[in-house]
Amino acid sequence: MGFFKNSVLTFNVFKGILARDRKLIIPNVKLLVTNKVSNRFNFMQITTPLLELNNLTKKYSSLIAVNSISLKLIKGKVYGLLGPNGSGKSTTLGMVLNVINPTSGDFKWYGGKLTTHQALQKIGAIIERPNFYPYMTAKQNLILICKIKQCSVASIKEQLQLVGLWDRRDSKFNTFSLGMKQRLAIAAALVNKPELLILDEPTNGLDPEGILQIRKLIKKIAGLGTTILLASHLLDEVEKVCTDVIVLKDGVKYYEGPVNEMSQSYGYFEIASESEKTLLTFLEKHPCIGEIQKVNNFLKATLIDIIDTEEFFKESQKAGLNLSHFSKKKPSLEERFLSLTQINKNETPTD
Amino acid sequence: MRLLQIELYKLWHNTISKVLIFGYFLLILSISILSTIKIDLGPVKFYLAEQGIFNFPYIWHFNTFMIALLKIFFATIIVAMVGNEYSHKTLKQNLIDGLSKSEFLRSKVYAILLFVLTSTFLVFIVSLILGGIYSDYNEMAIIFKDLEYLVAYSIKLFGFFTFCLFLTILIKKAAFSLGFLFLWQVIEGICYGLMKWKLSDIIPQLSAEQVFVFFPLNAIGNLIKEPFSRLSAFQNIADQIGDGFTKNYDVSLISILIVLVWSFIFIRGSYILLKRRDL
Repeated sequence: MGFFKNSVLTFNVFKGILARDRKLIIPNVKLLVTNKVSNRFNFMQITTPLLELNNLTKKYSSLIAVNSISLKLIKGKVYGLLGPNGSGKSTTLGMVLNVINPTSGDFKWYGGKLTTHQALQKIGAIIERPNFYPYMTAKQNLILICKIKQCSVASIKEQLQLVGLWDRRDSKFNTFSLGMKQRLAIAAALVNKPELLILDEPTNGLDPEGILQIRKLIKKIAGLGTTILLASHLLDEVEKVCTDVIVLKDGVKYYEGPVNEMSQSYGYFEIASESEKTLLTFLEKHPCIGEIQKVNNFLKATLIDIIDTEEFFKESQKAGLNLSHFSKKKPSLEERFLSLTQINKNETPTD
Repeated sequence: MRLLQIELYKLWHNTISKVLIFGYFLLILSISILSTIKIDLGPVKFYLAEQGIFNFPYIWHFNTFMIALLKIFFATIIVAMVGNEYSHKTLKQNLIDGLSKSEFLRSKVYAILLFVLTSTFLVFIVSLILGGIYSDYNEMAIIFKDLEYLVAYSIKLFGFFTFCLFLTILIKKAAFSLGFLFLWQVIEGICYGLMKWKLSDIIPQLSAEQVFVFFPLNAIGNLIKEPFSRLSAFQNIADQIGDGFTKNYDVSLISILIVLVWSFIFIRGSYILLKRRDL
């Protein structure tokens, strides 16, 4: 048995070197050594991501548009790719969508089982502006996309109805308003019943009504269980629709995780007392309190754990504190976003 | 087949390209109208069809040369079908929808091939019919002699169209690439002039002509040499002047090879451009 195990081990190490991907193989080796072979297989099967980025980087002469981003997109989630204009969102998407060549790093669709263009036939994607053949009608454009994606034309009617363009199916694309073009783009992205839908700024340039329509659509699609990656600079948009969020700024990934963890954390207390010193020592000793800042006349105490507010209040009274101000607050996603990108900016080395 | 379908679908639903394509093929057919040219000015009588231009096998040479002149007309379609993909940004969309870069290029090349073959077939049919009506010789052996002109014709067109394809992918703008095509013709002319002037001074073993055959447009032009001086009328004049006139009108294998190599370079170059560039 021992011999057998060893041979498996060396084989894997060897394979790893061959595959030029030592990173991936090292955990495998460890697992083999600890005899958790079956676990490893489960692990692989469940989490084979739809899309995986490894240190993906894009440089434009002096500018680093995307700086070594690694990501995994898991089936069934709604991801928000959040970042201000020019933060590298579209460049990142451009790279995985085969229109921009990465400077370094790589990405894998379906765990590397499919080539990029094969994978793109199975997904749906919309980039900044809808691009269609202006001289073709809505329906003709969709038929062409079906030919490219090698999918059935059967769902064209369904998708056009979903976006409310069935009545205009025989109108030429160049007669459409921007909102209609954008909705046609969504229909086009859905026409192959995609497993993943990539939307880059889908509400950009639309009027409020158009924005509302698109958002409703996205929610509807998400409700059907489609994995979505929504790139946007609009925080409330991401907050309303997404389950997970990835924050980008200046091409660097700042945060990745569930949207509620990011937007709420555990909240914070705004708290004030006549004797600030006692309050400070009390807060510093408390296990649920993290960072303490002085803001105007209050102390802002960030929570690092779930806390019973009533219990906390009683405790403070026991400690002999007389609180003149006490309130629990949750930061908005916007505040969190700003604090994330600003704090980290100071920490990021400029190389 | 799927790629060809995609390309034809794009062209078919564009009214302008549809009209142009049909127009081009109609023009080929309309060369038969040439046969009806009759000039009758009392003493001067000229009946084109009786000048021997429709005699087998000469007709193969004459028709392929004349109809090949129409290729510039069709080049606009090639240039438009590629240029539009850039101007409408549909190239980007096609890639995102899951067409690979090589598939995109192949769909264009297949379409070019189809048009070249259709065009060659039409030339064959038109020549066969015209020859059948007007030719003085009707033996099978003579009718199907010199068919290499048809081969040369198809390669000439293919070479020219792949050049257009490459230029448009390089420049990304339909109108500019047509302009560049003409500019290139001029550049080749200037190069030829320069070589004629200086080359023998620098490298005595080389003549300008020897190098010039390798220039793409010249090589494409060389495939089928002008047929006029081969006409009996012209030959008669030359004889009268006493200038014994001999010229080799055959399709040379070397020029076929040169053009094929250029086509390969153009297609490969287009692919490299597509691959390297960000959209």
